[in-house]
Amino acid sequence: MSEAEPEQKIPEVKEKEPKYVYGPGDPPPLNIFLHWCKGCNICIAYCPNKVLEPDRDGKPVLAHPEKCTQCAICWLHCPDFAITSNYK
Amino acid sequence: MNKTVIKSDVTHHYLRPKKKFPNVWCAGCGNGIVMGALIRAIDSLGYDKDEVAVVSGIGCSSRMPVYLDFATLHTTHGRALAFATGVKIAKPHMKVIVITGDGDALAIGGNHFIHACRRNIDITTILIDNKIYGMTGGQFAPTTPGGAIATTAPHGNYEKQFDVVKLAIGAGASYVARGTVYHVDQLEKLIVGGLKKKGFAVIDTFSNCHTYFGRFNREGDAVEMIRWFKKNALPVEAVEKIPPEKRVGKFVTGLIYESDATEFCDEYQMLVDRLAGKGNAQ
Amino acid sequence: MLEYGKTKLLQGNEACVYGALYAGVQFFAGYPITPSTEIAEGMARILPHIGGKFIQMEDEIGSIAAIIGASNAGCKSMTATSGPGYSLMQENIGYAYMTETPCVIIDVQRGGPSTGLPTKIAQADMMQARWGTHGDYNAIALAPSSAKECFTETVRAFNLSERFRTPVTVLTDEVLGHMREIMTIPEEGELKVHKRQKPDVPPDWYRHFEITPSLVSPMAAFGEGYRYNISGLTHDPDGFPTAVPSEIKAKLEKLHHKIDNYLDEITSFRTEMMDDAHVAVFSYGTVARASYQAVKMAREKRIKVGAIQPFTIWPIDEARIKSMLDGVKKVIVAELNMGQLFYEIQRVAPKSTEVFHLGRYDGEVMTPLQILQKIREVL
Repeated sequence: MSEAEPEQKIPEVKEKEPKYVYGPGDPPPLNIFLHWCKGCNICIAYCPNKVLEPDRDGKPVLAHPEKCTQCAICWLHCPDFAITSNYK
Repeated sequence: MNKTVIKSDVTHHYLRPKKKFPNVWCAGCGNGIVMGALIRAIDSLGYDKDEVAVVSGIGCSSRMPVYLDFATLHTTHGRALAFATGVKIAKPHMKVIVITGDGDALAIGGNHFIHACRRNIDITTILIDNKIYGMTGGQFAPTTPGGAIATTAPHGNYEKQFDVVKLAIGAGASYVARGTVYHVDQLEKLIVGGLKKKGFAVIDTFSNCHTYFGRFNREGDAVEMIRWFKKNALPVEAVEKIPPEKRVGKFVTGLIYESDATEFCDEYQMLVDRLAGKGNAQ
Repeated sequence: MLEYGKTKLLQGNEACVYGALYAGVQFFAGYPITPSTEIAEGMARILPHIGGKFIQMEDEIGSIAAIIGASNAGCKSMTATSGPGYSLMQENIGYAYMTETPCVIIDVQRGGPSTGLPTKIAQADMMQARWGTHGDYNAIALAPSSAKECFTETVRAFNLSERFRTPVTVLTDEVLGHMREIMTIPEEGELKVHKRQKPDVPPDWYRHFEITPSLVSPMAAFGEGYRYNISGLTHDPDGFPTAVPSEIKAKLEKLHHKIDNYLDEITSFRTEMMDDAHVAVFSYGTVARASYQAVKMAREKRIKVGAIQPFTIWPIDEARIKSMLDGVKKVIVAELNMGQLFYEIQRVAPKSTEVFHLGRYDGEVMTPLQILQKIREVL
């Protein structure tokens, strides 16, 4: 056993404790102004938690709201102010 | 305006209600990102809307002021800084901000740019540097990299480029920084620093023009071009630690130069006070 | 600073400075150019004493830009230059027309074109004062002919620019600019000084380019509680760029008619011995001085000749000129160029009046004898 490669210690992936928990009555993490959004895909591509997914026109849909950690990357980078947060 | 506005909503409180939205820029254009950073910077400083004047020249970036609920002056190509100089001297207490592009400020406006730096007049200049003339359809600019394709450099750009930061420092600006449309928080802080600085502040802001520069040079869409800024930026604080061979092809961001040179309006006021003190007037 | 009522020996250029101070100039931006530099020098000396602002910009383009910026920030503003600088300023003068920004430009004319004759006289920027920049607009340009008139016409230029929210050019020349003459500075209040019309509506109702019945919109300044957009792009009354045909037409017609509707208020003439004149000498600026002398000499020889001198070169008051020339058989347009205002008079004169041109363009002033000779020639 000793010559063998020491067993690769698989880092135990700890399920990240979500800071924001959106209960049924809580407002959604993000608001999307579809008539200002031009479907540039920046928010969808940069969201670290894949909260947003493109609709038919390429505009963001709040697909996984529970995953939103309010990191603000989406609305900081929106060139048209078409996405805002209800928490930050 | 109540102060408890959520940060992500701040921008909406500074847009002109009577103006048609969304803005005129292409989908994904960095100009909108810069506008957001500018608004949040102004908001964080708590300026009264009446004491802010935003002056711009001609070009995509210069279409920004019309959306902003301040005193806005959309001037002629390359001359924003000269107009802004007049505004600032006439009303020194006002915060004067100039929005300009790399063509607008460095090509046709180059003479006014270096003199505004030399005078060190208290104006904050956000130079949106997208390496191309976007409004007129993709001609090369004084910042377009060598070899890059543009409609007026169809066989590759054989001209050399300005280093905006060195140019501004050499001409006398007392606050010179570089930001990008990816690093929005940093950009906001650099703008805040520029606004607080009593002197000529230049923020060379790398932005993406995927419609022309990106398309002509196969640099991808907005998402990829902005991501390139993320990968290739070297914060000025960390540059020394990075070995030279690793810096190749990268660019430095952050507050790169600051001096405490006296400011133009202060100098003029000192003259006025001196003459008043002497009392005689020929 | 300004010794009201005092008699002084002043250059035309200095008289322009004192006239501007009398009119309440608060901001001057300029760039050195012969033969107008004394104006910038005077401003640099005096403005800091009286709370005014002076700056020497990097070029004439920067100078006109700075005074437009300062004017929109609430200052009565002026620049001064000569032919080459006036040419450089044209694009931004057009911006001042489009954005209806009051400002005064003194053009001390010199020999042209190009570098031409920096230290010699000419009156060859006349058409440039009307059509110098691209596009349709209406211009106001004045022409003094003495140091005293340099003073009074500069005051009038400020009044007209503030009253009609437009740039106004004062056309002098190298001789007038540098020649010293005795003049008495008017008492304070003796000459009317127009105050800019402020808005009388609250900020939310304010439209910076409101199309009012008078076609002149009240003007708020930056930093005084009114926020609005100014753009060189053709715009709607709110100052927002527009491509709507009706709004484009409305804007251009506003720029045009706000001047044309007030010809009687803007134009002013001096006439001598015109009542029974068969021949008239039409001239302006320095040449007008020679014309009055020539007319006197001709009258001594019992030649029925009179003189007409416009102080307002642009706009042309066609009806008034037509009526002044009614019954006059021949009119001589005497000017220091190869024919410029001549074409306007030719266009406007009654059919019964034959129009002649007497031009001098060798850098020298026109003499009374020269004019007298032409009078005899056309008889």
